[in-house]
Amino acid sequence: MATSPHPDRYHRLNPIIAIPVAGMLPLFLGAALSDWAYLRSEQVQWINFGAWLNAGAMVMTGAALLATVVVGLMVGGTWRQWRISLALLAATFLAGLLAAFAHARDAYATMPDALIISVVAFLLALAATWAGFRGDRR
Amino acid sequence: MTARWALYLAPLVLAACSGADEPQQTGDVTQLPQPQRGILPSMTIAEPADWGDRKPEVPAGFTVTAIATDLAIPRQSIVLPNGDILVAEGKGGGDAPAMRPKDIIAGYIKKQGTSSVEGGDRLTLLRDADGDGTYETRGVFAENLDAPYGLALIGNRLFVANQNALVRFDYVPGQAQASGPPVRVAPLPAEINHHWTKSLAASADGRFLYVGIGSNSNIGERGMAVEEERAMIWQIDAVTGAHRRYATGLRNPTALAIQPGTGQLWTVVNERDELGPDLVPDYLTAVQAGAFYGWPYAYWGANPDRRVRPFKEEMVSRSVRPDFALGAHVAALGVAFSSPVMGSGFGEGAFVGMHGSWNREQPVGYKVVFIPFRNGRPAGEMVDFVTGFHVDGQTFGRPVGVTLDPRGALIVADDLSNTLWRITRNGPTVSQPPRSAAPEQ
Repeated sequence: MATSPHPDRYHRLNPIIAIPVAGMLPLFLGAALSDWAYLRSEQVQWINFGAWLNAGAMVMTGAALLATVVVGLMVGGTWRQWRISLALLAATFLAGLLAAFAHARDAYATMPDALIISVVAFLLALAATWAGFRGDRR
Repeated sequence: MTARWALYLAPLVLAACSGADEPQQTGDVTQLPQPQRGILPSMTIAEPADWGDRKPEVPAGFTVTAIATDLAIPRQSIVLPNGDILVAEGKGGGDAPAMRPKDIIAGYIKKQGTSSVEGGDRLTLLRDADGDGTYETRGVFAENLDAPYGLALIGNRLFVANQNALVRFDYVPGQAQASGPPVRVAPLPAEINHHWTKSLAASADGRFLYVGIGSNSNIGERGMAVEEERAMIWQIDAVTGAHRRYATGLRNPTALAIQPGTGQLWTVVNERDELGPDLVPDYLTAVQAGAFYGWPYAYWGANPDRRVRPFKEEMVSRSVRPDFALGAHVAALGVAFSSPVMGSGFGEGAFVGMHGSWNREQPVGYKVVFIPFRNGRPAGEMVDFVTGFHVDGQTFGRPVGVTLDPRGALIVADDLSNTLWRITRNGPTVSQPPRSAAPEQ
């Protein structure tokens, strides 16, 4: 395998990607926990909170997705896990979008779909974050 | 999940390319369809268009005339004893904070189907002094009101239901302008005012006023604390302003009317959304004192709506089934009892103004219908009375309040084109008069 002249150059995640990726993870986690709190308490403010957290997570995911496309195109083939990161972020975005639709229903019509999709979105966000920060092992 | 998502996104995107228009259940419905729930509700927002040379369509033997245009969101009207017409103009609500991202998006979408004119917060008086059917005098009876909606006259007292209070003006026949600012009779529930319209009717004996107060949400998604004193009809003492709950569980009782002869209170109610295109029917019903009509726990009698949490199981069996289904999402906003002056076909029954749907793929409503009565109860199929408000995907007008003019006409407020329509019977006994026949009088 050819060694890169700058072995460390793409090892770390570009901050342009790292910041939104790091932002989406706790927001998706918060959304899932808020949904769970609504399921348990039936207090409507929890599902509203979950809807806003999910919306915030979607902003972050969208920014991360955009940054990943731009950085990936700029560095070309030297970022070997680019496609995996991109695919996981796109899947996270789709899950977040479905979660937004589920949260848009009224009151308990959100349940249990919103919670299930929120958990899926969090797990995908976790995988995308993992893949992004893990970087390329050389 | 993705398949279901696509299924429900499709109607939103392809609303214009939809298939057959299935008739909705109306009348004495016993069996309702199953609730449907998708990721996205389907929507078809009215696309406002100018009337131009067009006019609403009315049955043979009737003539429709625009008696006032360029109003500032006309909602309800009242015909005074001397034949003058008072129109309440206003647009309330809008103060509700966005609770969820959905509120911002849905608010923007719904706004596309309404008039951009600012609500007048006033009462306009129209006068046809010579009785030729042209209302040649127009003036402001009262202004600086707070989204006035319901109107009622008891003797020399004119009551106006603002969105925040029931107020009263002194009135003498022939008066064209209020003699002073209104007197507050009773405050009305006004917090949030998601459904802001306060409908109004005076009891036959003039002792009480009935005020319809809409819910603060679709089905309690703002929490039940904000639904205190909402979704009900109040009975208010016309003199003291003291109130009591007359009937409850009425999601949005947008118009009230007293049945001539019996003195029975009737209402049209807008029912809940997001249970599918054919649920839940809006309805016309006689209001039984003390009855609970289901909202939010149940609909159309004892059909539970478990979207509401915490759920109260015991409320389901208490829910009274209304009398007459008008169709889901038609948005009934006006009701008026007819009289024999409207001719044999429309002489006994009730007219209902339908603002029209927004959250249904195939638009419904956008017309004024007539529900024939016999022996004081709805009897027979609902028939169209005024149509042509929504044609080929274009929306020219949206009917709101309907009022019977005892001289033989129906007054229809249209809050999209800001017009007041008057539908007159061409001749008292002629069944098929020539088209050019002059309006009566």
